[in-house]
Amino acid sequence: MSAFIRWVRRNLVVIAGLLTLAFLILPNVVVMVFSFNKPKGKFNYAWQEFSTDAWSDPCGVADMCGSLSLSLQIALWSTLGATVLGTMIAFALARYRFKARGAVNSLIFLPMAMPEVVMAASLLTLFLNMGAQLGFWTILIAHIMFCLSFVVTAVKARVMSMDPRLEEAARDLYAGPVQTFVRVTLPIAAPGIAAGALLAFALSFDDFIITNFNAGSTVTFPMFVWGSAQRGTPVQINVIGTAMFAIAVICVLAGILVGNRRKKHA
Amino acid sequence: MTDTTRGDVRLSGISKTYGSFTAVHPLDLTVPEGSFFALLGASGCGKTTTLRMIAGLEDPSSGTVHLGDQDVTALPPYKRPVNTVFQSYALFPHLSITENIAFGLRRRGIKSVKKQVDEMLELVQLGDHAHKRPHQLSGGQQQRVAVARALINHPKVLLLDEPLGALDLKLRRQMQLELKRIQTEVGITFVHVTHDQEEAMTMADQVAVMNAGRVEQLGSPADLYENPQTTFVANFLGTSNLITAEVADKGADTLVVKAGDAKLSLPTARTSADTRTGEKVLLGIRPEKIALTHADEAGTIAEGRNRITGRIAQSSFIGVSTQYVIDSPAGNGLEVYVQNVEADRRLAPGAEVVLHWNPEHSFGLDAAQDIDAGTEEEVAA
Amino acid sequence: MTTVTDAPPPLAPAQPPAKPPKRRGRFTPYWLLLPGLLWLVVFFALPMLYQASTSVQTGSLETGYKVTWHFQTYLDALGEYWPQFLRSVLYAGIATVLCLLLGYPLAYLIAFKAGRWRNLVLILVIAPFFTSFLIRTLAWKTILADGGWVVGTLDTLHLLDVTSWLGLTEGDRVLATPLAVVCGLTYNFLPFMILPLYTSLERIDGRLHEASGDLYARPFTTFRKVTFPLSLPGVVSGTLLTFIPASGDYVNAQLLGSTSEKMVGNVIQSQFLTVLDYPTAAALSFILMAAILIMVTLYIRRAGTEDLV
Repeated sequence: MSAFIRWVRRNLVVIAGLLTLAFLILPNVVVMVFSFNKPKGKFNYAWQEFSTDAWSDPCGVADMCGSLSLSLQIALWSTLGATVLGTMIAFALARYRFKARGAVNSLIFLPMAMPEVVMAASLLTLFLNMGAQLGFWTILIAHIMFCLSFVVTAVKARVMSMDPRLEEAARDLYAGPVQTFVRVTLPIAAPGIAAGALLAFALSFDDFIITNFNAGSTVTFPMFVWGSAQRGTPVQINVIGTAMFAIAVICVLAGILVGNRRKKHA
Repeated sequence: MTDTTRGDVRLSGISKTYGSFTAVHPLDLTVPEGSFFALLGASGCGKTTTLRMIAGLEDPSSGTVHLGDQDVTALPPYKRPVNTVFQSYALFPHLSITENIAFGLRRRGIKSVKKQVDEMLELVQLGDHAHKRPHQLSGGQQQRVAVARALINHPKVLLLDEPLGALDLKLRRQMQLELKRIQTEVGITFVHVTHDQEEAMTMADQVAVMNAGRVEQLGSPADLYENPQTTFVANFLGTSNLITAEVADKGADTLVVKAGDAKLSLPTARTSADTRTGEKVLLGIRPEKIALTHADEAGTIAEGRNRITGRIAQSSFIGVSTQYVIDSPAGNGLEVYVQNVEADRRLAPGAEVVLHWNPEHSFGLDAAQDIDAGTEEEVAA
Repeated sequence: MTTVTDAPPPLAPAQPPAKPPKRRGRFTPYWLLLPGLLWLVVFFALPMLYQASTSVQTGSLETGYKVTWHFQTYLDALGEYWPQFLRSVLYAGIATVLCLLLGYPLAYLIAFKAGRWRNLVLILVIAPFFTSFLIRTLAWKTILADGGWVVGTLDTLHLLDVTSWLGLTEGDRVLATPLAVVCGLTYNFLPFMILPLYTSLERIDGRLHEASGDLYARPFTTFRKVTFPLSLPGVVSGTLLTFIPASGDYVNAQLLGSTSEKMVGNVIQSQFLTVLDYPTAAALSFILMAAILIMVTLYIRRAGTEDLV
């Protein structure tokens, strides 16, 4: 018994860490298990019996797949917008000295230090005052706005850590300004830009609070889930949640495998 | 090659200021075509800025840069027939070794690069590594890729910015010889920036010693070493004993100077200071030029040699030589290197000795200068 | 990396130039900044002004609103909704502390103990993000369901008595109590604590632990005197990244709580989207923003870290 206690004491950090990990994973396990449930009534909160009905008909719920495709569209467009605008800002901040740097940095930082509900509410007052029609465009505008700062942060870090001599070397080797940018700067900054874009996509796709305020009657996927929590949760929600989780994990693992193989063979 | 001005690099009145700080004072310098030229100095002396102005990476505040007859001052770097080997190499991490080397050719629209790249890989002995990425190579290999990447463009001038700074000592020696070999083989003008005096002396035909944005002295390594004209050059290249002395008599070819109780002679031709009788002068002598004799045998020293008496304060055995530090009335802390051929056991700390040398090896410097300029402690501070 | 024969490649340039390279185009940075900054000014800064102005307007939906500098709205809003404000700060505060306590061991595990499992554990921390957080929050309804095994276990261990004495639960329920809301908040923002903690722990040189041990520090002293102080930047940004969104959240209170767990976010949401009392909603949102900014500024001053971005 005392040996067991000693073992626990020595591995206390590992045990605590693994418990936290379990706490993090548990809801995903529940989501997955309940995607095979066949609930009685409208809510999928209690286990009844095993069934693959939902998996064989994932779009069998009215409007759900429509909201999913709308969310994907918005995520793609806002990723594109935020990545282009954010990369430009990041380059300006990392590469040039100019006046009002501090002010620009604060303007980039503030959206990340603001509770979403504040941004959501104030943006809504603007749209109401302008008499804008709430819907796809207002959602897109809002998403680009709050994704922008995250892209700037990711790209800036990468550009700042880049050796400025690389660009000098390119210019020294007969590459004009455009060629230097396309052949050297952009490829080296690419991992940072990709990281920023991925982050923007994930943030936009999963955003609820800002969308909730500025969507009007348009329904994105998180909005659909929110509504169904009131009206009744179809099992298909769990199917989509599980599928997205699986796709993400497979993509990441594949990426790691390809990366390892390239390292070995290069 | 007969027309000597054809490929020379000529800097005329070139300077660089950043706000109120002057990195390079107006400077005139000619690098002859086909030479291996070194810009030597401590960090912050303006040597790299000078190099960058030749490359076009820095706009001079005044003056012009000529390559042969062409004024390139206003040309951006990508239009100058000059290439650079950067400090820490700046190899493109996202490109293979082949593509790194081919980069310049491709930018000038040359399609078939394979033959030239292969030749270059051959020249720098990296044929097996063509498809690797820079991070997969060792420091020495990266350095050779950087040289190949620049040389493949057949520049009029190759600029090297501390190219060996990131390598360890042994590899650095090896690469010094390697670079010298490549330069002899391709016959291109090399301008080499370094803070390592040994490196500059081993490799270069001509060395310009820079200090605080100015060229202190220009010449062949042997000339700089044997006949330094400032205390900075005397201390920065190797070690010098600088003795403060007073001019006692001024002859046609020789000055007689007094230091402590010793009377020493100094060739006028080797004195850069303009001195009159009664004025101060610095007499310099390299430690290896001095012979050491125990005081008991002072009588055996040949006539006509400069001599100083003193006492050994420290001695350290180096292997090929023994280095002594000697205090004397003429000056404390004089250094003497004695070859370990026939060791005299009496030469130990505390022993009374006579230092003597051929007066021809003395050099004279202006006493108004900082006597410690260019010493290691001073450069480090 | 098997081909490295001699010296390792240089780690960093010996003397990087102090300034970014000078460019010829003087106006280039402004052109680069213009579109993005314009976006932020129009859709982030300007709305703040609109909101400030809305908060001092009076009127109704039918007659329209006018700026009347009616600051009474602020007092009324605070007077009526101070419990929700207090709850927001309290719940977000507890959740942040719990995140730190739960997240630190895991971040430490990933940084120092995971070895070749490091990437896998990191993926497991990030991967849940890809399932919509609303779906995952709903899963807690199942986990914490009345009569479920979690509640059963807590009951058997008499932990429910403790939490109910603390006012966190009521009777033999967890759902629709403060505990459920805090649990949801902790769960939702835990990765935002773990990732910055991991980043700053990972930068710590492992030899420092050995050096500390060599200098007679026991493992716990090493942690207290070396590891924890060095991870402070991660602690600061982790707590901010957890506390700020948690204090404005209304999803957890809505899905896992009852009407007596409503936070300020819920009030702002319903005032804006259901009650349509825009001045009150704007005033509440403005107070929340001001409170957060003041707290964050004080906290950053106190912690002495300014380089968060």
